[in-house]
Parts: sequence; C-alpha cells; structure tokens
Amino acid sequence: MKRHLLSAADLDRDDALLVLDTATELATVSSRAVRKLPTLRGRTVVNLFFEDSTRTRISFEAAAKRLSADVINFTAKGSSLSKGESLKDTALTLEAMGADAVVVRHGASGAPYRLANAGWISGSVVNAGDGTHEHPTQALLDAYTMRRHLSEGRGDLADRRVTIVGDVLHSRVARSNVLLLATLGAEVTLVAPPTLLPVGVEDWPCEISYELDPALAKADAVMMLRVQAERMNAAFFPSAREYSRRYGLDAHRMALLPDHAIVMHPGPMNRGMEIAADVADSVRSVIVEQVSNGVNVRMAVLYLLLGGAQLPTGEEVAA
Amino acid sequence: MPASQHAFAATGNDEQSTPGDRTVLDAGEIGRALTRLSHEILERNKGAGDVVLLGIPTRGVYLARRLAERIATIEDEAVPVGSLDVTMYRDDLRTRPARALLPTEIPDTGVEGRTVVLVDDVLYSGRTIRAALDALSELGRPRAVQLAVLVDRGHRELPIRADFVGKNLPTATSERVLVLLAEHDGRDGVVISDRGGDA
Amino acid sequence: MTGTYLLRGGRLLGAGDPVDLLLAGGVIAQVGAALSAPADAVHVDAAGLVVLPGLVDLHTHLREPGREDAETVESGSRAAALGGFTAVHAMANTEPVADTAGVVEQVWHLGREAGYVDVHPVGAVTVGLAGTRLAELGAMAGSAARVRMFSDDGRCVDDAVLMRRALEYVKAFDGVIAQHAQEPRLTAGAQMNEGALSGVLGLRGWPAVAEEAIVARDVLLAEHVGSRLHVCHVSTAGSVEIVRAAKARGVDVTAEVTPHHLLLTEDVVAGYDPVFKVNPPLRAKSDVEALREGLADGTIDAVATDHAPHAAEDKDCEWEAAAMGMLGLETALPVVAEAMVATGLLDWAGVADRMSVRPAGIGRLAGHGRPIAEGEPANLTLVDPHASTVVDPSRSASRSRNTPYAGRTLPTAVVATFLRGVPTVLGGRLVADAR
Repeated sequence: MKRHLLSAADLDRDDALLVLDTATELATVSSRAVRKLPTLRGRTVVNLFFEDSTRTRISFEAAAKRLSADVINFTAKGSSLSKGESLKDTALTLEAMGADAVVVRHGASGAPYRLANAGWISGSVVNAGDGTHEHPTQALLDAYTMRRHLSEGRGDLADRRVTIVGDVLHSRVARSNVLLLATLGAEVTLVAPPTLLPVGVEDWPCEISYELDPALAKADAVMMLRVQAERMNAAFFPSAREYSRRYGLDAHRMALLPDHAIVMHPGPMNRGMEIAADVADSVRSVIVEQVSNGVNVRMAVLYLLLGGAQLPTGEEVAA
Repeated sequence: MPASQHAFAATGNDEQSTPGDRTVLDAGEIGRALTRLSHEILERNKGAGDVVLLGIPTRGVYLARRLAERIATIEDEAVPVGSLDVTMYRDDLRTRPARALLPTEIPDTGVEGRTVVLVDDVLYSGRTIRAALDALSELGRPRAVQLAVLVDRGHRELPIRADFVGKNLPTATSERVLVLLAEHDGRDGVVISDRGGDA
Repeated sequence: MTGTYLLRGGRLLGAGDPVDLLLAGGVIAQVGAALSAPADAVHVDAAGLVVLPGLVDLHTHLREPGREDAETVESGSRAAALGGFTAVHAMANTEPVADTAGVVEQVWHLGREAGYVDVHPVGAVTVGLAGTRLAELGAMAGSAARVRMFSDDGRCVDDAVLMRRALEYVKAFDGVIAQHAQEPRLTAGAQMNEGALSGVLGLRGWPAVAEEAIVARDVLLAEHVGSRLHVCHVSTAGSVEIVRAAKARGVDVTAEVTPHHLLLTEDVVAGYDPVFKVNPPLRAKSDVEALREGLADGTIDAVATDHAPHAAEDKDCEWEAAAMGMLGLETALPVVAEAMVATGLLDWAGVADRMSVRPAGIGRLAGHGRPIAEGEPANLTLVDPHASTVVDPSRSASRSRNTPYAGRTLPTAVVATFLRGVPTVLGGRLVADAR
C-alpha cells in the first residue's frame, strides 16, 4: 500500500487507469462555471520547490485550489547542497505546519524518497520532479493526453507507439514515461545519440534507436525532450547545430509521421534546437493541451492520495 | 480490486444479495412503483415541460432513465435525463479510502431555471442528497429541486425528505437494503439483508 | 595495569587442540596444554574461542584533528579495540591535513594517550592533498610517528609524474604509496556505481573504469621504477584482474578490500538512504564475487575497513548532499566471517593472514601480525565463532552512527583483545582503563 507517488513504477495498471479515469471525470469540472470542488477542504498541500519550475508549481497549485485545499508555497532558494536550510529541517517545519501532502521538486535524485521514508513527515509525498530521476505526474499527464487523442479517452494505450527523442540520460520525464507507458501497454522507442542514453538502457522496457527518421514513420506520438545547449560543453554532442540536424523535429521530419500522430513536448521548449517553431505551433502539436491536462491529472492524484481515509503508515516500497 | 495492492484504494459501490435475504419488492412491484412515480412527477409539475431528471450513480441513473421512458410514453415528449456524481461533495470521504469517481452527465439543456428531479435508489441518512444539492448548486441555479427515490428506509440524519417515494420501508439500522436492477444486477428486486452496513 | 593473564582452552587460529596461553611482561610467555599460572594471574576462559593475532587495519579515518564531532583518536581507538584491532593506520585527510611531521606526531601522541590500539599515522603524499607538490615525506618518515605509508586517500594522485616521483622517493625509507584509485574526470559528480541501476535511479554513474584505469597505470609505474605500491579499497572485478596479472609479473603491488565491498551490493542504493553512500561506491554482485575470490586466493592481501565516521547532519539529508563513507571497525570481523568464513572461502588462519599478518607487513609494523608463539608480543584477539552480533548503531563506540548494517545480525563476536599483554576488551566490553 503506497501513500506516496514517488515513481511511475509505484502505479500498476489499475492504479494508472484509476488516475486517468478520475482525471477524465474531473475535466468536466474544469470546463464549467464554478471550477471548485469542496473535496479537500481543511487539508493542507505544501508545494515545496527547491528548483524553479513555475509551470509545475502553478499546475499543482491550481489543482489543489480547485479541490479547496489550503495551499502553501514553499520555495527554498537552495538546498543543503548550497548551504541553505537542510531538507530535514525544511521537512520538520512543514510537519509542524500540519502538511497533509508535500509536493516536492528537488534537484537531487531521490530527495522525495528521503522525505517519504526518513520519518521526518507523516503526510503523503508527491514527486514533482527529482534531479535526473523521475517526474511521475508529467508522465500521467502525457499518458492522459495520448489517451485522449489515440484511444478515445478510454482504457489503456495498448499497442500505441510512442517515440521519445532527446536527452534521455538527464531526463526525469523520459524515465517516468518509459515506466508508465510500459505499464499501459504502449510500445516505446527512445531516440538519442549514444552519449545521451544511460548505461543499462537496453534493460528498459523499450526499444532504442540512434536514428530519428526510421522511428517516425510508425509513431502514434512523438515526444521531444528538452536538450540544454550546455551539454555540448561536456562533449555529449559536438554542437547545437549537429544535434538539431540529427535529432531535431522540423517540418520536413514531421511530414514522415502518420496523419493521426501527435507531437508532444514537456516544456520548456528550446525552439530551433530540439523542435522547430513551426512544428511546435502546428495543428499536430498538443503541447499547450498538455499543460491544461496537467491540472486535471494533478487534481486526480491529490484527490486519490488525500481524498479518502489516511492510509496507515507502513512499509514503503522503494522503486 | 483489493485495496491493499494499489497505490490508490478506490472502492466501488457494488453490492450483491446472498441467500437468506428477504425480498420486499419484486420486479412487477418496482415497475408499478416507477409508473406511479412518473405520474406523480408529471402531476406535481403540470407536465414534463421544464423537468430534468438527474440520477445519482450507480442505480439512480438507471431509475432516472426508466422514469424518463415512462414519462415519454405518457406525455409523448422526451425528458432530458443525466447523471450527477456526488462523490467529491460527500462529508464522509475520510472514513474510507478514496473512491473512484462516477460519471456526471448534464443534459445539453443544463439545469439553469429548470425543475431538477434528483433520482436515487434508497433514501437513508440524507447525506447523499445533501451532497447532491451542493454539487447541483455549482452547476447552475435550478428553479426547483425535487427528489424521487425508489425506497425510503427512514433513519434520516438531516432535514431532508423525498417528494416522490416508491415505497416506504421501515427498517432497523442493522439491516441493509439492496436495490437490484436488471441493467446492473441482472434482475429487478429490493431485498433486505440483516448483515449490517450502510446502503 | 600490566599483569599476568592465563587464557585457557582457546584454539590457535581456530585449529588444533585447545591450548593455554600465559601472557606476561607484554609477551606470550608460554604456550601449552594445562599450563600452571602464578597465583596472581588473571584467568580468562577461552574455551570454544578462536585465538587470532591482533587485527591490523590499514585504512581508518579517525577525523582528528579537525572533525572531532565525527570521531576522535580516542573514540576511534575504542571502536578499533572492540573490533579486535591492536593497530590501525590513521588516514591523512584531517584538518589540517597530516602532511607534516608535526601533524603526524600529534596523531601518534593522541593514539599513545588513548592506549587502546597502536595508532600509526598515514602521511599525505601531496601538500594539503592538493595533488600538486610532494609533502615532506622524509620528515614524516623520520618523525616519532615513523610513517611508512603515504596516501592522499579521499583523493587520487592522478598526476602521473607526481605519482611516479612519490613511488620513487619513498624507496629511500622503505615507504609505500597507498593510492586511492579514482580518475577524477571520469567521476565528476559521481554518486553510485555506473550500471543499469544508476540509470534507473537517475544518479550519476561512477564507472569501474575510473578505478581500473588508475590501478593499471600505477602498477605500470611501480613496475617501471621498481617501487612498492599499495592499492586502497579495490572495488571492481577489473581491478582484481589487473592486480592479479601485475603480481604474476612480479610487480611489488599489494591491495586491500573493505568489508562492505565484500558483503554489500549496489542494490541497497535503491532507497536513496545515504548510509549506503561510500567511496568507492558499492558495486555489482559480480564485483563482490570477484573481490571475495581475489581475497581468498591472495591477490588482495588485506581487509581494510575504510572506517569513515560522519556526523549525523552529513548523512541525514538527500543522497547527493550526503558525505561518502561508512563505519567499519566494530563490524569488520563479523562481516568478513559472513562473507569469507561462512562461505568457506577463508579459514581462520586465512583471516589472520589477511587481517593481521599481511597488513602488518605492508605497514611495516614490527610488533603486529606475528605468530602466536612464545616470546612474541602479546597482541591477540579472541573470537567466539558461534556467537552472533546484532548491529545497534546507538551502542557503537564511535562518535558517529553511519553503519550500513544497522539491525543486521552478523556471525561471530569479538570477546577479548589484548595489546602487548594488556586487555583492552574483555567479555566483549571495553576495559575501563586499558593504560
């Protein structure tokens, strides 16, 4: 029994479908005049952000507020890595405030595991992105978006083909997506230069390709990952231009996609680097919709973690 | 889906009757009760003109559809029918693991200025109806809200009463009332079980 | 409190018939069956116990001077005695760094004052561990501390020229360079063993090749200049292979392995608990197997604890912010018993060789690692091979609590330790005033 959402691996197929189905129902709330539900009245959700990510924080904040939770935004301007207040002391402060859930974004992989398992706090922990590890709610909103476009908004993603392109090595979005998409039955292909794929990726539940074009023709969805130009300084690739030429999605490459295929990006985009501006703005792009779906999915997660009786503290399973 | 195996434990509201239960309404009686309720709704509202039927999932939705069919037959006029899930408005959410949401489908006519008839299978504490009134108020402002239930088993905890009742059924709190409908349960019937629990 | 002790009925190196040992005047006065003892002799029942030469650790961090909140020479000495050690080598990465005769003498004096074990300071190879110019190795060798082992441990002497010069220079006083083999550019920001798990956990990988490249270079350098090289905490199968091949060629290289690299694998990192964060990182199962095999066949000469105490706040945090290292002195023997003895890879004579005889030889310690025979210094450890030890961090003699074995039950228990005929530990407890 898990009280936290730390990894996409925490969700089995039934759990994942429950989140998606709940988000589908909650989407009707988002489209009506009164967008608020009383469900989490009296409960406190803390957004604990050690890294700047305005879009993710706002998304969680909107989700919690639509469920009538009290929201506290706690932006720590530096972790213990940069001699600020330690994660532990911050956690103890939040516990004293009576946080029922802590939504945490942290630059260090695994920091949400420490929050959940070190005994510092008693509430639920939601991983809103940790280092180069995972970002499970992003994967859920991506799956939700794919399901809307590719599976009529119902059921799983069996046999849907998803191509994820870019800096897999440093991408928490890619890790969570590979895990969740495999759980939902999709066939995932990762495309990246060998330097931007982690050691051991051949054991992941997906295919690997160093070439983009062959992976496009059969894709139902293609997800472009953000690639930071600074990576070339560490010799992951020779130049931004070469990267863009080999792995960027431009209009010419987009034409290789089947007619029904959608183009996704978790944001923020580097226009002209991994994705051309006309592709980002094309009718196939669902990038803006991903953002609005994010609120519904995060409402579903918060409702399912906090909406019922508090589950007994017990053995927490690490991914 | 056993709660202990999932990150989120959602419980449905499936119920099953077991041998030894006492049947208090059979299929024929349910049918006649619904026909009577249809007439009462039309009579009270002087026709079906601005009526919207909203069933409360799960079985309230099937009952609302059956009422709509009967009204259409009687009046030769279609009545808008939909569903209203009240889960997010319940005051007892914290007593159980988080529940899966059920569909809310509001007819295109909306509820603004209409007479909304809420339809549920069993009226008991009144808390579900309280939640339904809250949910409804955020969808718009009906001209009037009425309540139709197949069974009123008493034991109200809130000042709520039904406008249309299929059958008043005196029960003990230790008893459990199960409404079975063909669409969901394979057969029609109302049974009382003396295994405790809420309904 | 020198005195006379009669150890009755122990088995030397766990073999042969039970014998009595009479300890007097700091040496083993008599060895034999049913010895009669002077009236004032203290009798110690050693029936069923294994008698080992006092254990010698080549690699201990005592943190003093500088981080006395984490450990002091005294607290670390107590932990060592409880672990069955009679001599430890104190690493140089203190604050200030042990890179002058003054600092090594200070540590040596603190060890004498504590009196639980012989504390032999390790001198830094380069000034301030900065890896740019040699520390005054000769002055440290000639000091009261008589330093013979030099190491920048915690950092690698990665400059090939500097490493060559150090290897050559210490030949003048029979010194040894103990290298922390870690290519720094390949391990910038590294958090755990590089492999499938690091990819899944999103922790920056620490490739085996970063260790092996330095080990390979250093054995070639040692071979070229004809010097003595010691490789600290070997952690990969590849390093074992390189050392094995070098030894076969006759290179004067020795190597150590830590208890934790003999027992734990990288899998424990999955929960991100920093108590498992260590340098070098915990490796794969195949590495653990190769290390055990290497220790069993003598490719790896010694078990060395790399006892690395850290204050609570340096471990009670997120993984990437946490300090690297784990406690080791008190659990070393039980861990070796589980990894090597219980598996049949080493007998107790083998344990004595890898944890006392060979480390004493590498450190050039005259009075340790000697045979258990009449006239030899009475540095002895009594082990109950049938007992077990439940690791309770709160009961550690260390000032720190960062043991990776908390709650774990390990085989065997150290019952008594004698330093030059004086018990530092009896009945599994520290003797109040060993001096």
